[in-house]
Amino acid sequence: MQTGPTPAGQRIGVPRETFHGEKRVATVPDVVEKLLKLGFTVAVESGAGDAAHCSDDAYRAAGAEVLPDARALWAASDIVLKVRPPSSDEVALMREGGTLIGFVWPAQNPDLMQQLTARNATVLAIDCLPRTLSRAQKMDALTSTAGVSGYRAVIEAANAFGRYFNGQITAAGKVPPAKVFIAGAGVAGLAAIGTAANLGAIVRANDTRAEVADQVKSLGGEFVKVDFEEEGSGGGGYAKVMSEGFQAAQRQMYATQAKDADIIITTALIPGKPAPKLITAEMVQSMKPGSVIVDMAAEQGGNCELTVPGEAVVRHGVTIIGYTDLASRLAKQSSTLYATNLLRLVEELCKAKDGVAAVNMEDEAIRGLTVIKEGAITWPAPPLKAAPVSAPKPAATPVAEKKVGHGHGSSGPLPAKKLAIIFAVVALAFWFIGAYAPAAFLGHFTVFVLACFIGYMVVWNVTPALHTPLMSVTNAISSIIAIGALVQIAPPEAGMNGRPDGLILWMAFAAIVLTAINMFGGFAVTRRMLAMFRK
Amino acid sequence: MSQSLATVAYLGAAILFILSLGGLSNPETSRRGNLFGMVGMALAVLATVFGPRVSPAGMAWIVGALVIGGGIGLYAAKVVKMTQMPELVALMHSLVGLAACLVGFASYVDTSIQLQGVEKTIHEVEIYVGILIGAVTFSGSLIAFGKLNGKIGGKPLLLPGRHWLNLAGLLVVIWFGKEFLAAHDVPSGMLPLIVMTVIALLFGIHMVMAIGGADMPVVVSMLNSYSGWAAAATGFMLSNDLLIVTGALVGSSGAILSYIMCSAMNRNFISVIAGGFGSGGGTPAKKGEAAEPQGEAVPVSSAETAEMLREAKSVIIVPGYGMAVAQAQHTVYEITKTLRDKGVNVRFGIHPVAGRMPGHMNVLLAEAKVPYDIVMEMDEINDDFPDTDVVMVIGANDIVNPSALEDPSSPIAGMPVLEVWRAKTSIVMKRSMASGYAGVDNPLFYKENNRMLFGDAKKMLDEVLGALKD
Repeated sequence: MQTGPTPAGQRIGVPRETFHGEKRVATVPDVVEKLLKLGFTVAVESGAGDAAHCSDDAYRAAGAEVLPDARALWAASDIVLKVRPPSSDEVALMREGGTLIGFVWPAQNPDLMQQLTARNATVLAIDCLPRTLSRAQKMDALTSTAGVSGYRAVIEAANAFGRYFNGQITAAGKVPPAKVFIAGAGVAGLAAIGTAANLGAIVRANDTRAEVADQVKSLGGEFVKVDFEEEGSGGGGYAKVMSEGFQAAQRQMYATQAKDADIIITTALIPGKPAPKLITAEMVQSMKPGSVIVDMAAEQGGNCELTVPGEAVVRHGVTIIGYTDLASRLAKQSSTLYATNLLRLVEELCKAKDGVAAVNMEDEAIRGLTVIKEGAITWPAPPLKAAPVSAPKPAATPVAEKKVGHGHGSSGPLPAKKLAIIFAVVALAFWFIGAYAPAAFLGHFTVFVLACFIGYMVVWNVTPALHTPLMSVTNAISSIIAIGALVQIAPPEAGMNGRPDGLILWMAFAAIVLTAINMFGGFAVTRRMLAMFRK
Repeated sequence: MSQSLATVAYLGAAILFILSLGGLSNPETSRRGNLFGMVGMALAVLATVFGPRVSPAGMAWIVGALVIGGGIGLYAAKVVKMTQMPELVALMHSLVGLAACLVGFASYVDTSIQLQGVEKTIHEVEIYVGILIGAVTFSGSLIAFGKLNGKIGGKPLLLPGRHWLNLAGLLVVIWFGKEFLAAHDVPSGMLPLIVMTVIALLFGIHMVMAIGGADMPVVVSMLNSYSGWAAAATGFMLSNDLLIVTGALVGSSGAILSYIMCSAMNRNFISVIAGGFGSGGGTPAKKGEAAEPQGEAVPVSSAETAEMLREAKSVIIVPGYGMAVAQAQHTVYEITKTLRDKGVNVRFGIHPVAGRMPGHMNVLLAEAKVPYDIVMEMDEINDDFPDTDVVMVIGANDIVNPSALEDPSSPIAGMPVLEVWRAKTSIVMKRSMASGYAGVDNPLFYKENNRMLFGDAKKMLDEVLGALKD
């Protein structure tokens, strides 16, 4: 790469994460190529991607410039992409008036906000994305991170759990499937449900938001209801704090589940508040020895009273995992997803693809993200215009759920008026025929009408799969008309009353040939078709 | 054989025919049903031949005619391809129609039957009506045959004022019918009879010419019905109850099939017969005024399709006329077999009007050895789409169009369709983005979970199969 004169585009910098144990990186080589296509240049700190298995060489091959240390990188970058909020040391390295994109958590980090303001920075906090905008979903790093964490939580649980997840019947005896209970069916919870169900466990889940029950079921879990009526949707895809009565009922339910479950994974978070304590010490005590609790809310204090954030501990024979870096433990996957989220964000900032990022405060998604604009704090963003509260799925309204009549004609009885008219018309026709037609005709007419009804009843029972054979067999049967020709060809009365025998003979002969084609051909082809239908 | 014995034999034949149709209620009993039909037919023919109405002088002629006709029929049944079934059936209908005409004329010139008063009039009405129906069936079926095998273009031929033409034809036919009844001897009645026959033939041609290719299932089943009514009319003419019963059975069968086809397209029988698409006024298909579908169609390759199929747990294949045209049913079966061997749940969803005649797709799939218990009707399978991973739509368009349910202004609004878009992914195989028969754009192609696999169905499916087997 040429590193001489500054190219037209801005430079995006990706430093190595300094937070202890953080293995993720804010961009991966595949995404670097796409950023270059937008007109930016990309610089990566040496070793930034090592823990996520992205080598410096891979970045170089993708077209990024690799800088030796953090100082050089921060100094050289117009835009810095990060995963964790920057430390105060990092902020000190930041270029005056630069742009920072990453997790910031402005509510929890007021000091950081002050420091960034002092640097006259523009800061886009990916955690402040208005998640209810469908357009914003592609940038939703919280969702992709939570998904990875949910998956990893199950893997950690499986690692600490001493048995199979799936039930098996082996020569040595029967193994029961593991019972997994998941508290909170947000993105992480749903990912955990899917992963645990795929491993073969019996999965139960609970959430205060009743509308997620269907999602739980669709992933193979069973939704456990709290025996109390209250709606817990708090907007923005999070739950709200519930009433006292509800909480009591909920505790009761958790106590029951704790006794039964082998593995509990808790994901309950309420924005801006400490995580609710769902699993008490007594509940842990009531669990079978060897059980596992994964507390995904450990960073906010934990859903379990005995959780030690960042550590796995054994209490009352139960392993309680309180890792706060679940996503980081799957560094390559979460880095790739996070990098793609940031790429989508950068695309939104640089619609002209000219390598210059512009923060458009008119755009609802960008407005929500931007917590500091050129040194001025713009957080929190005003609520979205017409933000959907519970975001009901726009179900397609069917115009008409019309069923094809199969069985017996029209569904439901005809309206009485219509029926009366039909009866009247038929009665009139019958009267007309009865008044004028001779007796011989009436006999045939009776046969005809009754045969029509028999045909109607019989044919409605024919399965639609056999409609083609039905047509060919009725076709063959209709060659019964041959009888008409047969009785004409040489009747005993031949030659009487000057009957034109020769002419009739030939016409009848032709008719017999035609119907014979039909008769033999029709039955033969039906036979051929029916022989093909097999199970 | 006495007249009474012959009558009893006819009764037996009629019962066998009813059992024959009853047997078709499921594939298990259908083979026996067909056998009943054959036995019934043999019984009826033998009872007639050895009955009092045929003298030994005619034996040689009858045997000769049966041998010639039977030979042709058996040969045709043996060589016909399953994709050509609609043509064969249409052609056979025309034979019944022609035979009905011949029997009608022969009956008219037969002076050995002496009737007086009302009976004579009724007999002549029966002849007149019998020939009328026979002639319409004959010419209509011939045109349907031509349309089905492509000798005549599938586009509806819409003459100006065609409804008036038909009406005028009907009036002329009625007027000549009066003339015919007033005629005192055979030669003077011949002219009205022949004029009526010609008009009936023209009407048959005109009627089927005005109907578009995709309405063919209705036309074929309607002609099926006519051939039955023609037989019933001949039965009245000859005072033969067996013909009446059989004709009524066949006639009502065809009528029910027409009704099923019409309701499967949410269309009125009259408007189908009146031709064109849309209203009875026959305005040509107008483009749906609804907004142009948004979004873009996402194409996929056959390798990606194979990948999706391999990863799926549940697959539904929706075949349409395009599969028949491309003769792709055997490849479809191979793909089905490969997937089923891998444990994928593969089923078929059949729309009642898929193909060119009722049940056409079922026969094609049966020919390709697809077991019939995985071939489902629309009503059976429509609720299963949400649990399905991949739906493959092969050469079908209107029958999977979501605007039938979602867009009340669409020309096909209200038509029951296979709700393939509710599946996780749908793959539509098509030659191009052209709209279907109804001329309606298909929003399915632009749905987020839909993929397009462009190309000849047979070729693409062969590629998919190849990729699946790797």
